[in-house]
Formats: sequence, C-alpha cells, structure tokens
Amino acid sequence: SIAGPAAATQYSTDETPNTWEEITQYNNFYEFGTDKTDPAKYAGALTTSPWSIEIGGLVDKPGTYDFKDIMSEMTIEERIYRLRCVEAWSMVIPWNGFELADLLNMAGVKEEAKFVSFETLYRPEEMWGQKKHYLVWPYTEGLRLDEAMHPLTIMATGLYGKDMPNQNGAPIRLVVPWKYGFKSIKSIVKITLLEEEPLTSWNVTNSDEYGFYANVNPLVDHPRWSQATERRIGGGIFAKRIPTKMFNGYGDEVADMYKGMDLAKYY
Amino acid sequence: MAVTDTLNRSARAIPVWVIYILGILPLAYIIFATFAGAMGMDPVKTIEHELGQYAIIFFILTLTITPIRQLAGVNLIRFRRSLGHLTFFYVFLHLLVWLGLDMQLQWGQMWTDILKRPYITIGMVGFVLLLPVMATSNDTSIRRLGAASWRKVQKLVYPAIFLGALHYVMVQKVWEAESMIYMGIVLVLLVYRLRSLKLGALLKKNRSA
Repeated sequence: SIAGPAAATQYSTDETPNTWEEITQYNNFYEFGTDKTDPAKYAGALTTSPWSIEIGGLVDKPGTYDFKDIMSEMTIEERIYRLRCVEAWSMVIPWNGFELADLLNMAGVKEEAKFVSFETLYRPEEMWGQKKHYLVWPYTEGLRLDEAMHPLTIMATGLYGKDMPNQNGAPIRLVVPWKYGFKSIKSIVKITLLEEEPLTSWNVTNSDEYGFYANVNPLVDHPRWSQATERRIGGGIFAKRIPTKMFNGYGDEVADMYKGMDLAKYY
Repeated sequence: MAVTDTLNRSARAIPVWVIYILGILPLAYIIFATFAGAMGMDPVKTIEHELGQYAIIFFILTLTITPIRQLAGVNLIRFRRSLGHLTFFYVFLHLLVWLGLDMQLQWGQMWTDILKRPYITIGMVGFVLLLPVMATSNDTSIRRLGAASWRKVQKLVYPAIFLGALHYVMVQKVWEAESMIYMGIVLVLLVYRLRSLKLGALLKKNRSA
C-alpha cells in the first residue's frame, strides 16, 4: 500500500491544522450571510441528500452523476492544506477528498476543452443569502484545464475524517490551495468543460479586486489592502502576522503553469 | 410640553460623569469578552470592528444633541462634550488596535496602506481632523480662542463623521446594509445641519437688510 496513502500525503503540509471549531465557525459562504459566523448559524437549513452533479460541455460522457455513485468510484484521501483567504487571514485544514482530475477523467475530457466552470447550488429557500443581491447567484467559479487537472486540486467531501459540514460546502466542494479561498467553490452542482474562460462570481462583481486567476501573491496587492502578510486564525490576539508566500507556498508544484505570464496583469 | 419639561429636568439631575461611566461600558464588555474567549475565531478583527462601530455610534449620538434640542426642545447639551470625548476615545482605540494588534507596527506596510488604500486614507484623514477638535474640547480653549473661532474648529466634526461613515462603507467586500444604515443616518444629520446653517445665514441676512 506504499503507492496509496504515502503518495497522497506528499502534498500535505506538516503545519499544525486549525481546530474543528476554528474551521467550522469562521467561514465565508455568502449564500448564508456575509458575517464569518453566519454560515455556521444558517447552513443547517441546507439539504445535502440527495445530491448530484451535472457534468457537461466538452466531455465524452455528459450527464447527472449521483453523489453516492461518484463517491463509490473515488478513493478518499487526507490532504492537509494551507488556506489563504483574499481577506489576508489563513488556516491549515485537513481535508478529505479526491483529485478533481479523477472526476474529470471519469467523464472524459474532450481535446477542445481549455477551461472548467463550476456552479454552486441555487436554492434561495434554503440559502437565504441568495435572496440578497450582493453577488450574482448562483455562485460560479472557474479554472484553466491544467489547473483543474493538477494533482493538488481536489474535490473535498470531508474534514478531519468526518462528512463535510454544511457551512464548509457540503457535500462536495473544490479546494485549490495555491489560490485565494474564494476560488474554492462550495456545494457544487454543476461542472462544465469549456473552450473559453468562464465568468466567475467575484470577478463579475468587482473585476478590479478579484481576478480570474486569483493566485496567492504577496507582491500583487488587493486594491484595498496589502497581501504581503496574513493573520493565521487561532493564534489569539497577540499572534504574529506571517509573511504570505508566493502561490501560498505551493510554488514548486504550480509555478511552471504560469511561466511567462505577467501575474500582475493576470491576478 | 410636560414631557419635554420632565425630560429636561431629569437630564439636569444627571451628573456628566455618569455619561463617561456608561460610555466606558462597551470597552469593558469588549475586554471581558476577549479574555473570556468570546470574540470568535478572529478576535483581533472583531475587536477592531466593534471599536470602530462604537466610535461611529458615539459620534452620531454627539451630533444628534443639537437637532434634538431644536426639534424636540429637549436640552441635553451638557452631555455633548462627554459624548464627543467618548467618540474620540473609541476612534483612538480603534486606530491603536489596527496599529498594534492587527498590523503589529509594521510601519512599511502601514504607511503604504495609508497612502495607497482609499478606505485607510479616508479613515486616517478623519482621525487627523478630530485631533484639533479633541484638543480644543475644553473650557480653556473656548476662552482662549474666542467662541467664534472655537466653533470653526469644532465644525471639523462634520467632515470627520462623513469620512468615518465612508471608511466603514468602503471596508466591506460587498454593499452591506449595516454600514449603509450608519451612512444614511450620518447623511441625514449632515443635510439637517447644512440646512439649518443656511437658514441661519438667511435669517442673519434678513435681519441686517
């Protein structure tokens, strides 16, 4: 079994993970309100079973895939990743999940496909934030195909070995550890393979502040605050700010994908 | 008029120090909650935000004293200075928490933030405008400056509160109701103030004509 868990953990950080409470009581999930404590308060209203994901666009086997069927096909492993929010705070999170590439390969990606778009569930009767108009619903995100196929990119279905809590994006969400947290879209119901770069929620809302790429980059500031340092959640009121690393410290794995790109322009 | 008379009488019975004591309670609550671990997963942000919010609440209270007297005949003017002092106190603590706990005296990053980030620039300008107001918020300064110039200095509170409310609106990632409500109240106060200033000038002109 050396090929199994050993291969999986090579992507995990050995930093101490944040506690279950920190990870589940401090969330951005605007479908349930804009305060960090809102998701934990209101996400209980979300029904996550039954659940299915519609995979379409440039794939060989388009269709609606039941969550249970997907899970029976995939091998779940633990990935302990740093998460850096665009708001300049960070956490270390022990996710359980599988590589997005495995799911995309299951559906068969056509050669013309260059981008992947993701969509969150739209169900305002359970997600009260969707009745407000601070974002355009449903929440959408996107990746370039090479980013989506990268082994670091996972679909997470759990935390600390337990099922994904609703406030963290149950039952299944994206995790792209070298990008700002808002790229890691929650409660996904639709995945579409495309030739063109898809629209993404935060980019549509405020394109000066949130780019399509959103790679963690201490050298490119958010227009309203510096991205040079971050506050690690859980350190108490006197915790030292820590310097933010390029690609959130995953440069060795991902920097090659952006060779020759002006990252100040493609932020 | 019985109600206003009663209100005015009871207001006169309350010593000013009571306002200071009451005004300190939010800070006591913040300190207590911090040590009780009740400030959530990101206590520094919560403390910073709460202090900023109390600053704007006290600021609004300070500036409603005059309209309340003019519109309702209730005279609370003897409490205005203490409310103003409390406003400055919370603005200053808000700034201190940003400097010390949030940015941790990283002067380079802070200086860039002050220059480059409009909401921080705006908040900072608001604070600087309050400095002369606070410095002259005492009887000695009224005597030394003379009532007319003293009043001119104190008028800096109007741009300052506008900048404060704007700073709050701009901090948010999306347009949020709470900060917009504060901005709404501030705008109503400012419009009321401008109108009564104009009215006053008009009356003066008519009198001299």
